[in-house]
Amino acid sequence: MKTFSASKAVTALMLAGLVLLPLYSYLSGNIFILTLFTRIVILALAAASLNLIMGFGGMMSFGHAAYLGIGGYAVGMLAQEGVGSGFIQLPVALAASAIYALVIGALSLRTRGVYFIMITLAFAQMAYYVASGLARYGGDDGLTVYKRSDFSGLINLSNRTQFYYLCLACLFGVIFLIWRIVNSRFGLVVQGLRSNEQRMQAIGFPAKRYQLVCFVISGTMCGLAGALLANNTDFVSPAVMYWTRSGDLMVMVILGGMGTLFGPVMGAVVYLLLEEFLSQLTEYWALIMGPLLLLIVLFGRGGIMGLLGRLNRG
Amino acid sequence: MLLVVEQFLNGLQFGLLLFLLAAGLTLVFGIMDLVNLAHGSLYMMGAYFAATFAAWTGSFLLGALLALGATLVLGIVLEMSALRHLYGRDHLDHVLATFGLILFFNEAVRLIWGPAGLALPLPAWLTVPVPILPGIHYPAYRLAIIVVALLVALLLYLGVMRTRVGMLIRAGASNREMIGALGINIKLLYTLVFGLGAALAGLAGMMQAPILTVQIGMGENILILAFVIIVIGGIGSIRGAFLAAIFVGMVDTLGRAFLPNLLRQVLSGAAASTAAPALSSMLIYLLMAIVLVVRPEGLFPANRR
Repeated sequence: MKTFSASKAVTALMLAGLVLLPLYSYLSGNIFILTLFTRIVILALAAASLNLIMGFGGMMSFGHAAYLGIGGYAVGMLAQEGVGSGFIQLPVALAASAIYALVIGALSLRTRGVYFIMITLAFAQMAYYVASGLARYGGDDGLTVYKRSDFSGLINLSNRTQFYYLCLACLFGVIFLIWRIVNSRFGLVVQGLRSNEQRMQAIGFPAKRYQLVCFVISGTMCGLAGALLANNTDFVSPAVMYWTRSGDLMVMVILGGMGTLFGPVMGAVVYLLLEEFLSQLTEYWALIMGPLLLLIVLFGRGGIMGLLGRLNRG
Repeated sequence: MLLVVEQFLNGLQFGLLLFLLAAGLTLVFGIMDLVNLAHGSLYMMGAYFAATFAAWTGSFLLGALLALGATLVLGIVLEMSALRHLYGRDHLDHVLATFGLILFFNEAVRLIWGPAGLALPLPAWLTVPVPILPGIHYPAYRLAIIVVALLVALLLYLGVMRTRVGMLIRAGASNREMIGALGINIKLLYTLVFGLGAALAGLAGMMQAPILTVQIGMGENILILAFVIIVIGGIGSIRGAFLAAIFVGMVDTLGRAFLPNLLRQVLSGAAASTAAPALSSMLIYLLMAIVLVVRPEGLFPANRR
């Protein structure tokens, strides 16, 4: 059987689990698990968006949490000003993330390697300080979103199950889009740039322009995750943009398997479930999580997807 | 006038402190090609060690000396147990592994010292104001920081440029295979360099401790500043780190001190007082963006990169 592989089987199982989760939650009466997985699905979406530029494009953005904040603040600020319609909030969140990504990307892509990692990091910190300075919108303390985005009866975000399925649909939509992008001519150029930029440039592709477009697409997707996250927690604060959040997203991508379609989703599920499990086990869960990450880096090349791939070969 | 001189000295002091942190970071990166996010954790550990040892021994100086030794040992243990296996790996692996170390250190500190912060009180002889110009006094402790940091910078410069070990360090930075082939124990050299970087971070942490409170996560904010500095100065360049650190320290301190008044000249009072804190926090990031637009490799790039 050539078509069977461990990674495919595990991915299919995980996706089926995600789709059926509300049913389990309903049957077992465990509402908490639905709330937890709504968060997981949203952060998986953010991780998938990071993977597009990191895994396929070779651009190590260490400031991806900024988009979570920008998308979230777009929703929160509009709600505060009395604009509750999701049909306005969502496009504004996406547009704001896209514009931010365009400016940051245009500046950051002048550099490469470690410089790129650090400059994206610094720009996200800048966004963090801007948000901390927004006295009208809560400043350091953050902003409570009193009313979730209103989609005029089409879908009710206050209904847990409906909101969960909306998030899941967004996640699947984004992954489908990434799949299409990666296999398009555009995506092949971006991947070519990852392996050899000079050669691609010599062939005649305007390298930076391709990378910038990819950067903006990724940022916009992550802005969507931010808008959903603000609706999920009914709250948005500068802390969403703090640089350790970007680190979390990076960990999810690498843990699951960088440059694979479903790896980041797997990484988000495992990372956040592990965090949940360890924090129930002991108050000092990060004491275990930290060295665990170190061990994963040292021994687990290619993340979970890589591990499953090796399992398959023997 | 008094305020200007005082803020100027504050900026210099902050800049020199940042230099100690950035020097370790850029030394480790320039020589071992290792991106160490946990550098801020070593800064934090230095502060905690100093507060603890000073309380035990009852002496500020003795506590500081013991803390310096402790961070040196901690750095060496860290290098030998974990980071040594990361040389030659992808930068992304470094970022991930040392991110894990940050989680570990923050939690370990919470476990050992508890969630509340510590204070490191100054001895009486360091709290007196010292006259520096006729009619102008400046806190002795801040002056001490300036002197110590300048001394360390000088020693570091002489050590790297004038001694045999320094020569080996520089040689290792430009060609690690060659220096290994010449029969130099490169493993030991790397361990020493990392220990030195850790001790510099610890020194910065313990000197900052009496001014701020010693608390969990204190290294994370300042680590980003150190990154900004080495990006502005050019990664791997100690000279660049020194100049950029002073520059950033000045811009940050003077911006916070004088920006509100400047803004009040052009904006209404309310608008100025809301915009000023955010704008002054952003100032150095704006600076970095401008530098990178003009010179993507930083102002004083090291020869190798």
